[in-house]
Amino acid sequence: MSLADLSLTEAAARLASGEVSAVELADAVFERATMTEADLHCYLTIDREGARLAARESDARRREGGALGPLDGIPVAVKDNFTTRGVETTAGSQILAGYKPPYDAHAVERLRSGGAVVVGKTNLDEFAMGSSTEHSAYGPSRNPWDPNRVPGGSSGGSAAAVAVGSAMGAYGSDTGGSIRQPASLCGVVGVKPTYGRVSRYGLIAFASSLDQIGPLARTVEDAAALLEGVWGHDPRDSTSLVGDYPDLGRALATGVEGVRIGLVTEFGGEGYEPDVVAATRAMLDRLEAAGAEIVEVSVPTADVALSAYYLISPAEASANLARFDGIRYGNRVGGETTEELMARTRAEGFGPEVTRRVLLGTYSLSAGYYDAFYGKAQEVRALLSREFALAYEKADVLVSPTSPTVAFEVGAKTSDPLAMYLSDICTIPSNLTGHPAVSVPVGLDSAGLPIGFQVMAPALGEERMFAVAAEVERLAAFTARPALAGAEAA
Amino acid sequence: MTTSVWEPVIGIEVHVELRTDSKMFCGCAVGFGEEPNTNTCPVCLGLPGALPVTNQRAIEWIVAIGLALGCQVTPVSVFHRKNYFYADLPKNYQISQYDIPVCQDGHLDVDVDGETIRVGIERAHMEEDTGKSRHVGAGGRIHAAEATLLDFNRSGVPLVEIVSRPDIHSAGQARAYAQELRAVVAELGVSDARMEEGSIRFDANVSIRPEGDDVLGTKIEVKNMNSFRSLERAVEYEIARQVEVLEGGGELVQETRHWDEEAGMTHSMRVKEGSSDYRYFTEPDLLPMVLEDAWVDGIASRLPELPAARRSRYAAVGLDRQTVAVLSGADADLRRLYDDAVAAGASPSSAANWVTGEITATLRRTGSSVADSHLSGAIVADLVKMIEEGDVSSSAAKEVLAGVTEGEGLPRDVAQARDLLQISDTSALEALVDEVLGEHPDAVERYRGGETKLVGFLVGAVMRASAGKADPKLANQLITRRLEP
Amino acid sequence: MAIDIDIAHVARLARLALDDSELETYRRQLGVILEHAARVQAVATGDVEPIAHPLGLTNAFREDKVVPSLDRDEVLAQAPEHRDGYFVVPPAMEAL
Repeated sequence: MSLADLSLTEAAARLASGEVSAVELADAVFERATMTEADLHCYLTIDREGARLAARESDARRREGGALGPLDGIPVAVKDNFTTRGVETTAGSQILAGYKPPYDAHAVERLRSGGAVVVGKTNLDEFAMGSSTEHSAYGPSRNPWDPNRVPGGSSGGSAAAVAVGSAMGAYGSDTGGSIRQPASLCGVVGVKPTYGRVSRYGLIAFASSLDQIGPLARTVEDAAALLEGVWGHDPRDSTSLVGDYPDLGRALATGVEGVRIGLVTEFGGEGYEPDVVAATRAMLDRLEAAGAEIVEVSVPTADVALSAYYLISPAEASANLARFDGIRYGNRVGGETTEELMARTRAEGFGPEVTRRVLLGTYSLSAGYYDAFYGKAQEVRALLSREFALAYEKADVLVSPTSPTVAFEVGAKTSDPLAMYLSDICTIPSNLTGHPAVSVPVGLDSAGLPIGFQVMAPALGEERMFAVAAEVERLAAFTARPALAGAEAA
Repeated sequence: MTTSVWEPVIGIEVHVELRTDSKMFCGCAVGFGEEPNTNTCPVCLGLPGALPVTNQRAIEWIVAIGLALGCQVTPVSVFHRKNYFYADLPKNYQISQYDIPVCQDGHLDVDVDGETIRVGIERAHMEEDTGKSRHVGAGGRIHAAEATLLDFNRSGVPLVEIVSRPDIHSAGQARAYAQELRAVVAELGVSDARMEEGSIRFDANVSIRPEGDDVLGTKIEVKNMNSFRSLERAVEYEIARQVEVLEGGGELVQETRHWDEEAGMTHSMRVKEGSSDYRYFTEPDLLPMVLEDAWVDGIASRLPELPAARRSRYAAVGLDRQTVAVLSGADADLRRLYDDAVAAGASPSSAANWVTGEITATLRRTGSSVADSHLSGAIVADLVKMIEEGDVSSSAAKEVLAGVTEGEGLPRDVAQARDLLQISDTSALEALVDEVLGEHPDAVERYRGGETKLVGFLVGAVMRASAGKADPKLANQLITRRLEP
Repeated sequence: MAIDIDIAHVARLARLALDDSELETYRRQLGVILEHAARVQAVATGDVEPIAHPLGLTNAFREDKVVPSLDRDEVLAQAPEHRDGYFVVPPAMEAL
């Protein structure tokens, strides 16, 4: 077994005991990347030089008894919509090809100051808009369980890298499910924390009121450690949460005895694959057997959450992406006037999905349509929050499948935007309400593809959410790894 | 038809740059005239991933402006994104306020030509300034093609927009309103408020309608005035132009016009696309601002005396309109000198005359400030009292003032040293009077015969005899008394 | 529900130079998405007020303190065109 297959927690323990070095861990991860990148294309940039330097520094700190962060020496990847000083940051878009930001994102700063080894920038749907990573301007990532299938998205590169072992842990951003859905499709754990838990400073914005950074990991325990490595109040993000940040590690062992777990009845039925529904049911039975109380709850507005989401997120995106105009950074297509320069730069620099959403958002905010579309969607969002608050009076956490389907084939949905959007139907409500949610792998379908189980909690409810997720993980005893992991041994 | 049947209706939009230390949403310095693009960061350059955080002092200051204008401070207000593409706007949206501004519904009283008009203030809202663009020609430089150069140092500087109601009805009123508003902002100390540097900018919305009509005419926005005079000229021109168009049977279109100072006329800027669709929506990167009453009250309690209040205070102590205007418009340290002099017992009108007259002139001549002039309220009060009590003549007092400002000491010491004290001792003067009357029996005779105006001649003789040091008023009294039948 | 979309106007507002066939494709796709999204209009939202922050946070302010700006050379190195410390765009400005 390669060091690349160690859980982060195990790797940290071996670093602490001196059994392995940070440089060895980084090399193992690079080796795995070398074996798998051609098939999977998880990364847009691998920063071998920077990572080796960071690993050597970490080893030196450890040798000399210096202060160590909890992720010290651990090789992690970040999605390419996190700005990294001097390291190319494209957000998967042609418009930013070659862009080297003059500053690090808050999360990256935290990782670096905590001694983590940032190995590279993972692939994503352009500006995080998509559910398959096929909308990357640099070509899709592939699913390590079946390279003919998508890894999900938009944090598909991060999910696939963690699943295959070309990163020990990774970070993504989740605007409508972009961490949880690819985690589900790749058989890893993916967490979207409460909105405001992780500073968005330096995260290239898609939809500001929905975007949230979170970890992808091979275990719930690893995810907790990764989350703790980047969360906390940051005064540079006005929406960042001040206050208590619980000890997640301690929450993991608390179990589900007496916990009321609510199954959201709206998340099922047409469009849900039978194996997915069955796996969800089976997990509920096991949770009940483990002492949880299972209840069914209804969140009626969840049915139109997707519609609200596809009005709100493009609207915000249309403004957030206005800055890409070919003047201060990024690629430029020339023109006689500044207007022409901007319009040509943008038309050529943005791919079709981004163009579509910018148009959609511009339309829904424009004079005469605002009330019927954007304004109404905001009301629906508020109503949804109210309904979730009621649901959380009946249950401590809510559960559902993470995605209605397992990984689909590359190209299956690219010509039908709406079908692609439906992939996020279970994950979107948590973004609209700002609540935390996690996807935990619970098994494989009949074709051997992973199925994810979603645990949702009320705002600031990460402690309880991680406790339930850890129990789900134990009960599922999901130990399968994709065939591509361990390719060196073959 | 004559122009007198048209009523101009004018509203004014004012942009005030606040002189906070740092910008509205980032920590870059607010400067002026620095090297291009040196005061910039991810936030004010609109780099991917950057986020705004509100400068608290800017909010304190807009509240101060709002309170000074009698506005309601909105308990919960929010920022919006105003979306439009422009090269000097880095995010291609401006963080501004839309339907819930910080300040609403105020007014400003303005004195114009001896009467006071009240101009309603619709709102004052907080926003960020844009960068600056500069067009350069190919010039003599071989490699330098014609281009527009962009500098983002000004990008993100806090900007307060103050929108008046259309309560202004002449170019003169427009100018007076602008000057009064500038005086208020300057008094608050929240802005450099320099028109020529663009730290305060006035745009006018001008329309005309037949007198007596309630319906507003077509509104034309006039921009690019860089002095109060050009504001007045531009509005005047625009009113005349609109009258001419309408009386010539033409029609006005809603548009923005540019004031050309040299040509003395406004000309049309190209019409905005489809009446501009700014697609306002709540800025999701910023939180609502909840401004507690106690906090607002604290700011209210720290407001300085505003120009209007000062004017009424001056008028109340009997200063004439002209003096009130001059003193109100004087520098703060001169006004303080006046206030201190009155507090030290000087009569308000004498103190005002001296401060706005001889003292201002002396300081201007010597190029010194009040601080380094050796003057204080007590000294001015002393000087004024010396004149009133006849210790020095008015003309001698000017010399005393000069001596004081040259550091020769207190007024009485200077008067003594320079031998400027008047003979105001009755017995000393009586002797002189008797002497003079004895020398001019002819004049005495004629006076007694009814030519009382000869008292002037006799006073003059006393003055000559005293080498100018006699108190002429007292001399007059003594002569009159002596010659009474 | 048929949704009327002046796609050329929308593209102009969004500064996207698209040709006629692209515009037509997007118009059709937007129509489909908006038809689905228009389901929000059928929801009886009653007296709900839109929420600004999911947790109801208010008042995040910073002190008026200057922090160092970026190094200009590092910033300008990313610009497609710059001259004498300025960013450069074509001479002709456009109608707003």
